[in-house]
Amino acid sequence: MLSVYGTELRSRLMLGTSRYPSPAVLAEAVKVSGAGIVTVSLRRESSGERAGQAFWSFVRDLGVRVLPNTAGCHSVKEAVTTAQMAREVFGTSWIKLEVIGEDDTLQPDVFGLVEAARILANEGFEVFPYTTEDLVVADKLLAAGCRVLMPWGAPIGSGRGLNNLFGLKALRAHFPDVPLVIDAGIGVPSHAAQAMELGFDAVLINTAVAQAANPVLMAEAFARAVEAGRAARKAGPMEPRDLAVPSTPVIGTAMLR
Amino acid sequence: MKILVNGTLCDTTATDLAAALKDLGYGGSTVATAVNGEFIPVSLRPDSPLAEGDRLEVLAPMQGG
Repeated sequence: MLSVYGTELRSRLMLGTSRYPSPAVLAEAVKVSGAGIVTVSLRRESSGERAGQAFWSFVRDLGVRVLPNTAGCHSVKEAVTTAQMAREVFGTSWIKLEVIGEDDTLQPDVFGLVEAARILANEGFEVFPYTTEDLVVADKLLAAGCRVLMPWGAPIGSGRGLNNLFGLKALRAHFPDVPLVIDAGIGVPSHAAQAMELGFDAVLINTAVAQAANPVLMAEAFARAVEAGRAARKAGPMEPRDLAVPSTPVIGTAMLR
Repeated sequence: MKILVNGTLCDTTATDLAAALKDLGYGGSTVATAVNGEFIPVSLRPDSPLAEGDRLEVLAPMQGG
C-alpha cells in the first residue's frame, strides 16, 4: 500500500473538489472514485453568506482526508501564510504547496517553491509540492524536507496528459523510493493509466472529472484506469519494438502456395 | 475605527482581533485570520490589537484542486 508521511493511502486516486456542477455531484463522484484524499482551498469568507462554513461541513461529511492547497499564491510569503492559515482551519499539517510563477501555464515558480517548502518543513508541515519534472528541483525539494513530490503532467486544467514523457520517466527512475503523484494536466482516464504504467504512485484529478458531461461516470472511469495502470506496472509491460513479431507460432505453418 | 476586511473598508469599535471578528459577524465561524499579511492564530486573537487602516483577511474553507 502507498504510504505518504506515515499515512497509508487506501486509493491511488486523489480528487479535487472544484468546478463540479453541484455539491451532490461532487459527493457522488468522490464516493464512486474511492478516493481517500480530496484537495481543498481557502478563500475570503463573507460574514453574511458564510459559504465556507457550509462547504467545510459538507467536506467533513464526505469522510475522506483533506489536502489543503495554496492555490493562487505567487510568492513565498503568500504561500507560507496561506499554509499556516490552512493548518489551523483544516486541522492538518498536510499542505499541497503551490507557488505559481506564470499565469498562462500556472507553471510553478520552482525557486519560490523550494524556499517555501524549506520554511514550511521546518515549521512541521508535511509538504506536497506541486512541481515540474525537473530533476534538480526535485532533489532540492527532497533536501528541503519534502517526502513526496507532485510533478505536473501538463498545465493545470489543460487536459493535455503527460507532456514530457522522457522527463517524467527520468524523474521516476531517479527517485525510485519517493512517492510521486501526477498533479495536473490529466484529461482522460488513459492519461491516468499511462501515469500509473510509468510507475507513478498516484494521480490527482480535478477538472477532468468535474467538467465531464457526467462527472460521476468519469470518476468511476478514472478509478478503473488507475487500478488498471497500477496492475500493468506491477505485471511488467513488454518492451516496444520497431518491427513486427508474429504472435502466432511460425513453426508448423502449412505450405498452401 | 476603519479597517480593511477582505479588501472592504469596515467600521468597528473593537480594538483587538477576537472582538473585531465578533463585531463583524464572524462569531462561531471556522475561519483563519491574518493582519497586514501575518497569520494570527486563534489563541493570539484576544491579544492582537487592531489599529486604524489595518488589513484583516478572514479566510474559510473553499473548493480547491
